[in-house]
Amino acid sequence: MNMDKNKMGKLLTASAVPMLFLIICLFAIPLSQFSGSYLLNNIVTRLVRNSFLVLALLLPVMAGMGINFGMVLGAMAGQIGLIFITDWGVEGALGLILAAIISTPIAMVLGYFGGRVLNRAKGREMITSMMLGLFISGIYQFFLLYVCGSLIPFKTPGMLLSRGYGVRNALTLNVAKGFDKLLFIKIGGVGIPVGTFMIIGLICLFTVWFRKTKLGQDMRAVGQDMHVASTAGIAMEKTRIQSIMISTVLACYGQIIYLQNIGTLNTYNGADQAALFAAAALLVGGATVSKATIPNAIIGTALFHLMFLVMPMAGKYITGQAMLGEYFRMFASYGVVTLALVLHSWKRQKDKDMDRSQFRIAVINPPES
Amino acid sequence: MSNENILLRVDGVGKEYDGNRVLKDVNFTLEKGKILGLVGENGAGKSTLMKILFGMNVIAETGGYEGSIYLNGEMINFKDPVDALKAGIGMVHQEFSLIPGFTTAENILLNMEKTKSSVLSRLLGKRLETINMPEIRRSAQKAIDTLGVNINTETLVSEMPVGHKQFIEIAREIDRDDVKLIVLDEPTAVLTESEAEILLHAMRKLADSGISIIFISHRLHEITSACDKIVVLRDGVVIVEKPAEGVNIRQIAEWMVGREIEKTAEVIHRDVETQTQKNDDIIFEAKNLWVDMPGETVRNVNFKVRRGEILGIGGLAGQGKLGIPNGIMGLFETGGSMIFNGKPLAINNTLEALKEGIAFVSEDRRGVGLLLDEPIDWNIAFNAMQVQNKFLKRYLNGLISFRDEKAMKTVAQKYINELEIRCTSEKQLSRNLSGGNQQKVCLAKAFAMNPSLLLVSEPTRGIDVGAKKLVLDALRKDNEENGTTVIIISSELEELRSVCDRIAIVCEGQIFGILPPEAEIADYGMLMAGEYKISEGGDKQWQR
Repeated sequence: MNMDKNKMGKLLTASAVPMLFLIICLFAIPLSQFSGSYLLNNIVTRLVRNSFLVLALLLPVMAGMGINFGMVLGAMAGQIGLIFITDWGVEGALGLILAAIISTPIAMVLGYFGGRVLNRAKGREMITSMMLGLFISGIYQFFLLYVCGSLIPFKTPGMLLSRGYGVRNALTLNVAKGFDKLLFIKIGGVGIPVGTFMIIGLICLFTVWFRKTKLGQDMRAVGQDMHVASTAGIAMEKTRIQSIMISTVLACYGQIIYLQNIGTLNTYNGADQAALFAAAALLVGGATVSKATIPNAIIGTALFHLMFLVMPMAGKYITGQAMLGEYFRMFASYGVVTLALVLHSWKRQKDKDMDRSQFRIAVINPPES
Repeated sequence: MSNENILLRVDGVGKEYDGNRVLKDVNFTLEKGKILGLVGENGAGKSTLMKILFGMNVIAETGGYEGSIYLNGEMINFKDPVDALKAGIGMVHQEFSLIPGFTTAENILLNMEKTKSSVLSRLLGKRLETINMPEIRRSAQKAIDTLGVNINTETLVSEMPVGHKQFIEIAREIDRDDVKLIVLDEPTAVLTESEAEILLHAMRKLADSGISIIFISHRLHEITSACDKIVVLRDGVVIVEKPAEGVNIRQIAEWMVGREIEKTAEVIHRDVETQTQKNDDIIFEAKNLWVDMPGETVRNVNFKVRRGEILGIGGLAGQGKLGIPNGIMGLFETGGSMIFNGKPLAINNTLEALKEGIAFVSEDRRGVGLLLDEPIDWNIAFNAMQVQNKFLKRYLNGLISFRDEKAMKTVAQKYINELEIRCTSEKQLSRNLSGGNQQKVCLAKAFAMNPSLLLVSEPTRGIDVGAKKLVLDALRKDNEENGTTVIIISSELEELRSVCDRIAIVCEGQIFGILPPEAEIADYGMLMAGEYKISEGGDKQWQR
């Protein structure tokens, strides 16, 4: 009985955050006056657009490195790939695959670099990866603003700034909907891009399979206790670097999928918010910085973006001002990340106290031997 | 003839850390399928010896070792513990190295997982082979069965009693195919009596299957009942190496703690005995005290301190002796009750303890004892200033107060002279002092409060011989001249016997007995090993 209570409690605390967001959404949906089919259509679109990026966060969490805010490194790599194939004029799914092939080595190098840096900042991975993202963003901007069009020749002058070098601020991608158009079906007015969903399914299968490999097992071990894992002979630092590399490469593919769905590329700050929104979605789905599952990612993406959809409209109808909902978006996404981090350290402290107090009880009432 | 059967031969092994000799010409042998009991006090050199055997990096970093070790007739010199594992030496540490969120089976086969290869793994490397869970479970079950215990392979380690964790560690070592020698470092310390019984049984089973075992334990009856051979280390030297048969516990206790006879003559009987004979003048009493100090848990301690005496508290590391002063000062969560000067003393209240006139010199000199980045005079005056408002100049009826630099300087110079603190001036930062001089500053800081009860924890740990004598002399001088009651907590029994009036021995978080300094050395050993308790009346109660 006691055990059941414990389990119930754990289940409740695990699902508390998704429940909270579900309730907020349930209140806001009627206020927003959106129709059911409109919402459904949009949720499907958002899932297609974002879930790959969210799934890219799972492995570093498993390896005990928290949320990889450094995934913007991968997103930037993906964008570079897209810019090149846009210049070359390759279209459709083929173009997207080519973009992925170009950006993979870039993402791997950046991921390796990120992993090396994070190995020097054990215990502070999240803030370090966030700062690392901002730093690499500077290099990325330099590359696009000064190197592209001058050192690297561009075929399409329309993509460059009027001064003759540097990529334009906003690009229209001619690979737009490249994956979405594959096997696109419509059920009762709701459009479902089966092709993209298959790619997302594939990454889910990959994650499930990966957890069962020796490397996945090593990552779990390293994530739970670095010291024990390395005394057992597991190459701890190497394993951590590999988890960040995989995450970065997946984030690169995720950004390509995201952008092909949107159809335009905001060249210089398109990647900035990628990690924040992905992290917020994952946490809304009930994940913590030490435990995250595929359902967390999918449910979180759906809920977070449902809220994103309905909140501005609900705000507009209540107050007459659309801006309020917009504020709430930012407030909610930063707030949820902050809350999750605070809750995590609070819970860790609590667990420690619980362990000690049980120990104390054992000290005061020693078991009869 | 017996040469064939010898698995491990330690030949003339010695080791020095920075000129500090910890092992000297250690020789012993271990035959195949035998159990060797290794006994010794803390600091006798057991762990250094094991580190050498395992090729731990510290040894090479501090200049290697002398002598040689042979395994199966071949000289070994491991670069790191992984080499030792490959050669078939397994080690079970005192701290658990288990992953809490993994199951029993996963932990036993940690990094030795059975895997299945697939197309992808052939393409991308061995680490992408998939884990074969059923095979892992079977292998883990086999290892557990060998030990003769009943543990579910699917239970998470975090949800398991401490005793089981120990068995999992051992199962992990024997699961290796080629294991020849297992070192068990105090495996029974965390086990209940019945669990320990099962473990000793399992050890015998392992030995019969041809694996040799080095068994380190402080529970002497386990040594005599489970081992084939006993090696006693003391101060880095092998005192005894003989078959376990016919050896009794008392002999081992004596070998373990006994120094040369002439040394015991150094026990100095003090002239102030009249003071300490007054049994009824109790300055401090602890009743059912428990302290939750990690690694030094006090479970249930009762003792009385007579006014004007020097009470020693000794015992092996980890048994809880350090928890006692830390608990009295309220530095760790504490329960029970304390009476000081006839009045109850609040528990878990450091400020009140200090205000009542109890001073504490911590064993954690650099962490708790000193403000490392402040000069000596600040350190000495700090507690007295904070707690007793000494060394302050007051203005406007005490509304504003400033440090009295002059008074601080005077007091600092007084103690620098008295305790011979070697420094450039009283303004030198305490970080830049040597360990012995830092300890003297800690003492001065306590003396500056004029305490009526002074707690001193490990006063001579890590300081040189000259400073040791000075520190002990200063304590005794303060006791004799100012009438301060002193409690000294120390791992060094000889030191306690040279300055204390009575010595309490702590074992398993309790005081097992209080002895006079001239008591027989074997009695101390028996108390430390927890073989029996001595009641106030002097009766022995056998524990095992």
